Amino acid sequence: MALPLSYNVRNVRARWQVSLLAVIGIGLVVTVFVALMAMRTGFTMALRSTGVPENAMVVQRGSASELTSWVPLDHRNKIVVDPRVAVASDGRPMASPEIVVVGAMPRRTDGLQTNVTIRGVTPKAFEVRGGIEIKQGRNFQPGIDEIIVGRRIADRIQGLDLGATIPIQKHHWKIVGIFTSRGGAFESEIWGDLDTMAGPFRRQGGSNSLAVRLKDPKALESFDRWIRDDPEMQLQAVEERKYYEDQAGGLSATLLFLVAFVSIIMGIGAVFGAMNTMYAIVAARTREIGTLRALGFSRRSILFSFVVESVILAFAGGLFGCLLAFPINGFSTASGQTPSFSEVAFAFQITPNILAWGLVFATIMGFFGGLLPAFRGARLPITSALREA
Amino acid sequence: MSAEAARQPAAGPIVDVRNVRKVYRRDAEEIVVLNGINVQVPNGEFLALMGPSGSGKTTLLNLIAGIDRPTSGEVIVAGTDVGRLSESELARWRSHNVGFIFQFYNLIPVLTALENVELPLLLTSLSKKERRERALTALKVVGLADRAGHYPRQLSGGQEQRVAIARAIVADPGVLVADEPTGDLDAKSAEEILALMESLNRDFGKTIIMVTHDPRAAEKAHTQKHLEKGVLKA
Repeated sequence: MALPLSYNVRNVRARWQVSLLAVIGIGLVVTVFVALMAMRTGFTMALRSTGVPENAMVVQRGSASELTSWVPLDHRNKIVVDPRVAVASDGRPMASPEIVVVGAMPRRTDGLQTNVTIRGVTPKAFEVRGGIEIKQGRNFQPGIDEIIVGRRIADRIQGLDLGATIPIQKHHWKIVGIFTSRGGAFESEIWGDLDTMAGPFRRQGGSNSLAVRLKDPKALESFDRWIRDDPEMQLQAVEERKYYEDQAGGLSATLLFLVAFVSIIMGIGAVFGAMNTMYAIVAARTREIGTLRALGFSRRSILFSFVVESVILAFAGGLFGCLLAFPINGFSTASGQTPSFSEVAFAFQITPNILAWGLVFATIMGFFGGLLPAFRGARLPITSALREA
Repeated sequence: MSAEAARQPAAGPIVDVRNVRKVYRRDAEEIVVLNGINVQVPNGEFLALMGPSGSGKTTLLNLIAGIDRPTSGEVIVAGTDVGRLSESELARWRSHNVGFIFQFYNLIPVLTALENVELPLLLTSLSKKERRERALTALKVVGLADRAGHYPRQLSGGQEQRVAIARAIVADPGVLVADEPTGDLDAKSAEEILALMESLNRDFGKTIIMVTHDPRAAEKAHTQKHLEKGVLKA
């Protein structure tokens, strides 16, 4: 009963000049949508840890970040010997006590001070956290003032060069290595030896957090309950991945709101643009509509046909918008809006998912833009439509 | 009248217009376009409807073709009271029973001659192959099989009208309605189109109802009826 799709495709092609503005309008909205979504995805991915599913973070209950959490040494000693905690090949528990402080350092771009997370770890951290790779230089040696620097933050902060020395808390720390962590949040951090840092940073007698590898990730619930049930300990155990994702949660949700708000406002504008174009197209084809109706095509098939045409236009706009957004993929920037107030560098990440959503968004705009004009076309009385020039 | 009524059950008129009035409202004003029309068109007739502009001849044609409804009265075409059908029933009815020939051909510019002719068949259950074959046959009837792949803009006015006629006959309707079919053509093309219509009437038994201003066109018809101010003159 319906008109063939080729009829719409050829009409779009034959009148592409009329549709160009609507296509560009929808395209630009999709560009902004894709860019914002890519920013959100990039940010969320940057805050994600290297993400070992068996890992749990033991932190103080009620703390918003590792920075404000404290795990005293005697509690740590009690926890790491729990049978649910995995044991490394050297017979020691797979547990990584870590201290976290924030230092102000100048940005390479404008020299303004920004917060950088500094993490003191034991050699076990590399085994427990996983995914840390020294890309240049070597790892720090325990007991001396040496640090390694995440690649992303090295690119953004003045003086974070391999071989350079930087002053933190009256100590001079030599940068002996640059590391990556599969794109995760650690790449925005500076790492050094826990025991060496504990003194100058006044973090003795415990750690800010304790990352542990569980033998079985399903044991997390009972592990957490056991920790919570101990009246001495004000601690909890959270899945590592979830812990860092929740850290991203606030800004990630804000960004999602921003994406939705901007996209909907701009989308409404683009829908009106598409509507205008479709009204012009319907007006230009009035006699054609009258003819098709006279030949026996139903109102519904006319309605459907024009909505389809609008969707085709919008889809073309969506493809254009995705192409336009593509150059920002991988573009790096940073945000200080994290729970630890420290700078997290991230790259815009355009995923196939985002592109698909961009096209879906374009299609929705096309559908709504085409609906009213298509209704008008379908409701035209045949006799007056045929009289049109 | 009584003789005609007696004939009805066996081979009644294919078009039976009874006491039809058509009134348009413009604001508070009523414009009576057709006022008590009665026409019977026997099957196989070639009828020319003539009359000055505004006499209501196109309106009468539209009523018979089922693209407009009478204000009162009945329009019975091929045994169906057209005015009683719903919008979608009427659309389906038109696709099976009426072929349209327009003054300006009304071909779809983005479709080839063959695709234009094929259009009415999209409303049937024919397969794509059958549709193509029938469209090509219709193009052969109008002598344009060699132009099947051409777009309307690549055809002359006369050729466009022949494609339009092929489209009108492809679904094999009983009635062809033509609104000034030669109105936009030069004398020679007009002559060809009228010859084609005569042949469709004579060789294929199509009932043709044609609105025209052109006395030469009207001469080809078997019967001429004149409308004036919404009333039929003898």
